[in-house]
Amino acid sequence: MTALTCRNVGVRIGNNQILEDVSFDIEHGALIGVIGPNGAGKSTLMRAMAGIIAYDGKVIWDGARVEDMTANERAQTFAYMPQERTVHWSLRCLDVVLLGRLPFSPRMFGVSVNDVEHARAAMARMNVLAFENRSFDTLSGGEKARVLIARMLAQDPRVFIADEPINGLDPAHQISLMEDFQALARSGRLVFVSLHDLTLAGRWCDRLLLLDKGRLRSNGTRALLLESRVIGEVYRIETVPITLDGTLTVVPASRTERLNDRHEIREISK
Amino acid sequence: MTTDWRFLWLLTGLLTMVVLLFFLSLAVGQVWIDPRLFIDTMGDVDAAEAIILSEIRLPRAILALAIGAILGLSGAVLQGFLRNPLAEPGLLGISATASLGAVVAISAGLTALHPYALPLSALSGALIAVLLLQLLVGRSGDILTIILAGVALGSFASALTSLALNLSSNPFAALEIVFWMLGSLADRSMVHVELAVPLIGLGGFLLLFTGRALDALSLGSDVASSLGVSVNRTRNLAIAGTAIGVGAATAVSGAIGFVGLIVPHLLRPLVGHKPSRLLIASTLGGASFLLAADILVRIIMPMRDLKLGVVTAILGAPFFLWLLVTLRRRAT
Repeated sequence: MTALTCRNVGVRIGNNQILEDVSFDIEHGALIGVIGPNGAGKSTLMRAMAGIIAYDGKVIWDGARVEDMTANERAQTFAYMPQERTVHWSLRCLDVVLLGRLPFSPRMFGVSVNDVEHARAAMARMNVLAFENRSFDTLSGGEKARVLIARMLAQDPRVFIADEPINGLDPAHQISLMEDFQALARSGRLVFVSLHDLTLAGRWCDRLLLLDKGRLRSNGTRALLLESRVIGEVYRIETVPITLDGTLTVVPASRTERLNDRHEIREISK
Repeated sequence: MTTDWRFLWLLTGLLTMVVLLFFLSLAVGQVWIDPRLFIDTMGDVDAAEAIILSEIRLPRAILALAIGAILGLSGAVLQGFLRNPLAEPGLLGISATASLGAVVAISAGLTALHPYALPLSALSGALIAVLLLQLLVGRSGDILTIILAGVALGSFASALTSLALNLSSNPFAALEIVFWMLGSLADRSMVHVELAVPLIGLGGFLLLFTGRALDALSLGSDVASSLGVSVNRTRNLAIAGTAIGVGAATAVSGAIGFVGLIVPHLLRPLVGHKPSRLLIASTLGGASFLLAADILVRIIMPMRDLKLGVVTAILGAPFFLWLLVTLRRRAT
């Protein structure tokens, strides 16, 4: 059953059409990789879905138009994590995660015991409960990313939107984060992750949205990575298909202006 | 001890300090009046102490409390909203435009016509500043746009104030302008209290509504929006609250700097760096700071008219040095 539908979503900033006519349907419980070169409109699409910027067209969640929701209803449905892992003040990690409870808390000051329990559970799930009283500033990049995902979890949303969450992380953290996102998707949530790493995109994502120059170029399973003509046109690279534990994905091989469809398929096993 | 308890203890401590300093402010002056006599003498209006208390010291203490509170609060709100620890109420140009309003009233000789003329003119300056600020900023919630608009407005108002001083044909008016601009609470009466305090209260009321949004803004404006927070509404509350509150404060006291900068800075680590918690703490801290500074003014040079704005600046400047040393120590 369709969970989320985008119909003719477009974003115009000044005289520039950043995103144009993007339409797709996504089912429940999927990890969706939003891919495309720099400037393709990945962040803009994610910010539009999260309700941060104005857009044309419509987004439908579970049959209801998202534009008709109140700001709080929308925040209870969509959680967003930007590319930058910035917290402007030296807040302790529990306070950062507690911010995810804002859409549920009518209080002007303070937080309820229930909110604290929710935040702690989210931290435990992301394995960062040990940091609850530590200042966010003192964490490493990987730890910060996990605390910020816990912040999204505390928001208890139906849809997670993470803009380049693995940017700047070492391979172990990249894989661990993708495993976390996959686990979230398997628990019935919808998870959108924008990625530059095509290998990880193919390895972990159930579906891929390939954006190019503000338009949705392809929408499908990881098999779209094998359409070397499309990938070549959009990214200007050649890729080599590989299989990892039986999952087919690709490795960027070389920069090219000419397209080459002849790739050698190699089996790699652990 | 949990953070909640630590926060409650901090608020209790600050509140106690405000109450003690308020009564000390009533007691200290050219004549020492025992604060315990305060209640007794209030009934006897003919007693000299009662007149000193009700007509000189009480308005001064109320104004120090209210003005200190709004400066501390608006400093905390602006630092949280602009996510800049160096932001302060003066950054929006409100104090400068309020001063310009006052200078116009003094230069035009309106002060002799009615006691309300100067504060009302200063207040008009502040309110015009809000309208101009909203026009300049437009719908953009961009931090740089707001700061640039504030700096432009403040610089222009300061330039016009200098022009008024420059062209002033009357040396007494020029001196009055300079003294007024230094900031003081001396010789203020209940008229000033009645004019300023309700507006300071209104400004403070608007500013207190920004707490949750400021917390969310710790994660940046995009995440705040995704959490259901309206950044535009927060900006309007921050600008309008500061303009009304600080505008009214400047209208009766002149420009008093540094309070809105230092107080939130000093208290931030004590509230776990949480912007919403800083609001009430800074309100009480600002009130304590200004009450204490106004008491110092009377103790240091009781026979000279030492200006409050001068004392807050003297207390404030070393703060930057302290900040510099702390930053350098952290860097090495």
